[in-house]
Amino acid sequence: MAKLILNRLSKAFETGGRPAVNDVSLEVRDGGFLALLGPSGCGKTTVLRMIAGFEQPTDGSILLGDRVLADAGEMVAPEHRNMAMVFQSYALWPHMSVADNVGYPLKVRGVTGERRSTKIREALAAVRLEAYADRRPADLSGGQRQRVALARCLVTEPDVVLLDEPLANLDRHLRQEMEETFREFHQRSGATMIYVTHDQAEAMALATDVAVMSEGRLLQVASPQEIYARPEGRLVGGLVGQGAIVAWPAASVENRRLDWDVLQQLLSRSHGADCADILIRPQDVEIAGEGVPARVTSVLFEGERYALKLALGDEQVLRAFSRQPVKVGDMVAIIIRSAWRL
Amino acid sequence: MFRSQNRGNSQPRWLFSFVVVVIFFLSVLPLGRLAATGFSSLFNGGARALLSDPVVWQAVYDTLTTSILGMIAAVILGGGFALLLTLFDVRGKTALGFLFMLPTMIPPQVTALSWIGMTGPSSALLKAIGMAPPLGSPQPLYSIGGIALLYGVQNAPLVFLSLRAGLLALPRDGVEAAGLSGASSWQVLKDIILPLSLPGFVAGAAIAFVSCVGNFGIPAILGIPASIYTLPTLIYSKFAAFGTNTFADVSLLSGLIAILSVIGLTVEERVLRGRDYRVIGLSGQVAMFRLGNWRLIGELVLWLAIFITLVMPLTALIASSLAPAYGVPLTPTTATLDAYREVLFKQSITRTAFTNSVSLSLATALGLLVVTVLTGYYLVRSKSRLAPVLSALAEIPYALPGIVLAVALILVFAAPIPIIGISIYGTIWIILVAYFSSFFAVSLKPVVSAFRQLDPSLEEAARLAGAGFGRRLVDIVVPLVAPAAGASVILVFLIACNELTVSAILWSAGTQTLGVAIYNLDDSGSFNLAAALSVLVVIMVIAMMLVLELMAKRLPKGVVPWRS
Repeated sequence: MAKLILNRLSKAFETGGRPAVNDVSLEVRDGGFLALLGPSGCGKTTVLRMIAGFEQPTDGSILLGDRVLADAGEMVAPEHRNMAMVFQSYALWPHMSVADNVGYPLKVRGVTGERRSTKIREALAAVRLEAYADRRPADLSGGQRQRVALARCLVTEPDVVLLDEPLANLDRHLRQEMEETFREFHQRSGATMIYVTHDQAEAMALATDVAVMSEGRLLQVASPQEIYARPEGRLVGGLVGQGAIVAWPAASVENRRLDWDVLQQLLSRSHGADCADILIRPQDVEIAGEGVPARVTSVLFEGERYALKLALGDEQVLRAFSRQPVKVGDMVAIIIRSAWRL
Repeated sequence: MFRSQNRGNSQPRWLFSFVVVVIFFLSVLPLGRLAATGFSSLFNGGARALLSDPVVWQAVYDTLTTSILGMIAAVILGGGFALLLTLFDVRGKTALGFLFMLPTMIPPQVTALSWIGMTGPSSALLKAIGMAPPLGSPQPLYSIGGIALLYGVQNAPLVFLSLRAGLLALPRDGVEAAGLSGASSWQVLKDIILPLSLPGFVAGAAIAFVSCVGNFGIPAILGIPASIYTLPTLIYSKFAAFGTNTFADVSLLSGLIAILSVIGLTVEERVLRGRDYRVIGLSGQVAMFRLGNWRLIGELVLWLAIFITLVMPLTALIASSLAPAYGVPLTPTTATLDAYREVLFKQSITRTAFTNSVSLSLATALGLLVVTVLTGYYLVRSKSRLAPVLSALAEIPYALPGIVLAVALILVFAAPIPIIGISIYGTIWIILVAYFSSFFAVSLKPVVSAFRQLDPSLEEAARLAGAGFGRRLVDIVVPLVAPAAGASVILVFLIACNELTVSAILWSAGTQTLGVAIYNLDDSGSFNLAAALSVLVVIMVIAMMLVLELMAKRLPKGVVPWRS
């Protein structure tokens, strides 16, 4: 197995308009788990479909190790790529049993008899569906169908596994269970996995690397921890984790990590200074006896705590948590422990 | 392992060439040949003799009058039926709709025979109930009016379908809104529903007109005895009296039919193009009015229409088939099954006809399926701009009257086929080719609708599993479109088995079809044998329609032609 490399990949559809994918370069290390994160229409699914071979790039190239899979001139057909994919709609064949669905890639490869049934059994065991081998996909629940689709990927030891919003059609309870299954699947198979999603929590929970896309462009690639702590630009900052983006007179500071001392200083000698966007996570906002005054504009009880929205003097909105009950309209004083200049 | 497949297309390269070749041979070549012969005889002066022949202009005149009158009858009958059945709360809608659609699937010559059996001095039915007109009085259907009336009955279902599709899509909320704003039911009908359903009326009328212009069975049986010739029967008689100019003449005559048809089809297409508004609102919920005390009367009217247009003629047909000889009164003692015994076991001609029709229809239905699965796959999956053009070309042979195509194929195959040097003219193979060409669109439509409904990811998953085109086709695609493919086979079989127009021109000794056999039996005066054979055909039609009706739930919308 080898590294998957996207080299200045672009895709423009014949209908015109802005390219769906624009100059995307990316390396996915062998055995990595990359989440492609972005709002709908950002081009992430097109990237995935180009990796699978369903779309041909109009510029740039896709390589697996030193083998060129596709460029603007030629491409390897999907059937020769040794990849597997979990589709949003599951894409199970309704006329085949669960075992036949899972075993189809083996059948195509000419694997027969005992070896095939052993492999099917193993794959179904890995997703805990051994008992369902003879059922039809129509008799299964959404989560079970998704696990069949996953078992179908598992069975041939593909180089790359692609997942196209696989949890979008499942309810929240099932999602958590499936996230666990995906993680297990990744550890067990060691395959390179690419996971398309618009849900940042999903991306952060699963992936070893997160790539954020918007309007066809790649904005940032980093580990979940890195992208959470040091997002680049407003779009990534707004997309990853909870947080409020506030304009603060911080344009002149060199350091991007700002603590309360710095923030306070900036505020006091600010008049006329250039503003910059800073990202403030709710857990870094502390309600204290002193600090900046803020008005509570909304309170949401979440069980273990209250989630607040606070309006600063200039009506900019912050998010914060509180252990104590507060009321809408209360005035509080806050300290911002840490902020990140975007 | 490079394959230069463009843009991740799922089709192998040969598929495009295959589709182009198929459509060239089934549509472009015959129609192009017909046009070429027509134009050349037009410019060579050979046309002058034909076009100065008053018989031709009389035939054009008769074609137009019968077709326009027939269209009016079809609009009144089919339109009235559709309005009553769709908009009002009458009971038994499914049964009424099915029965009303039957005449369109019954071969026209059978319709004509059954109506003859119902009227006139020799009617076995009228004699049995003692109401026959005196001997020697004329058969009233052997006239322009008779032909037009039967055109109306035969084609009313086309208007019914076209109008019903529009009415079913009428948004109920729009009707309710009009009601809330104070309009009475009559005002709603007049101001909202009729204007919105006008395109359905016009399109149905246009398609009925085209069908009348190309009809052969009805004017052949009703018109020829009274020396009334329409263009299709004139072509038939030209072939019967074969001469040096026959090919040039018939190509011009079928050109005339094609022009009349294209006018009708253009009107239909224009009208339906402006029908986009029908998706607004909650469609599927049919606007419905309560008839209250009038309901029983409405239902009576509908059942009476079914009785007159379907039950009575078919009863007459059965009566004629049971009568010992034409004109002999039918009583319980004279009734006999001799005619059935004769057509089923004794007459070698009818048995040959059965064998021919069944094997031709089976070969057409199954052979076309292979072609249409590949063609349909290409037409749905291809992003090429050529796909819609190819799709339109595939439709033309079925849209044009069968007689035009038959003439075109004679022109193509009159000479031996180049290179291999074999002539198929006069053999059963030319009929098979004509059926392939004629019913290509019939076979294609259900398959295309099924492909449209197929989630592309099902095939993409198979590609990633490593399956190449042929493998995917066999393992994934064909099993998933199987119900529609089955419907396509039954539909083609049904239509091909009942067909008369194409084979009437193309048959020769030993290659007669069921349609030809019925016509020839009637022509030679064996009316009871013709009736018996017709009864058998009607039973077959009804059986196959019922099978399709039972399958309908599992099929994509629009596959079964009489359901909307």
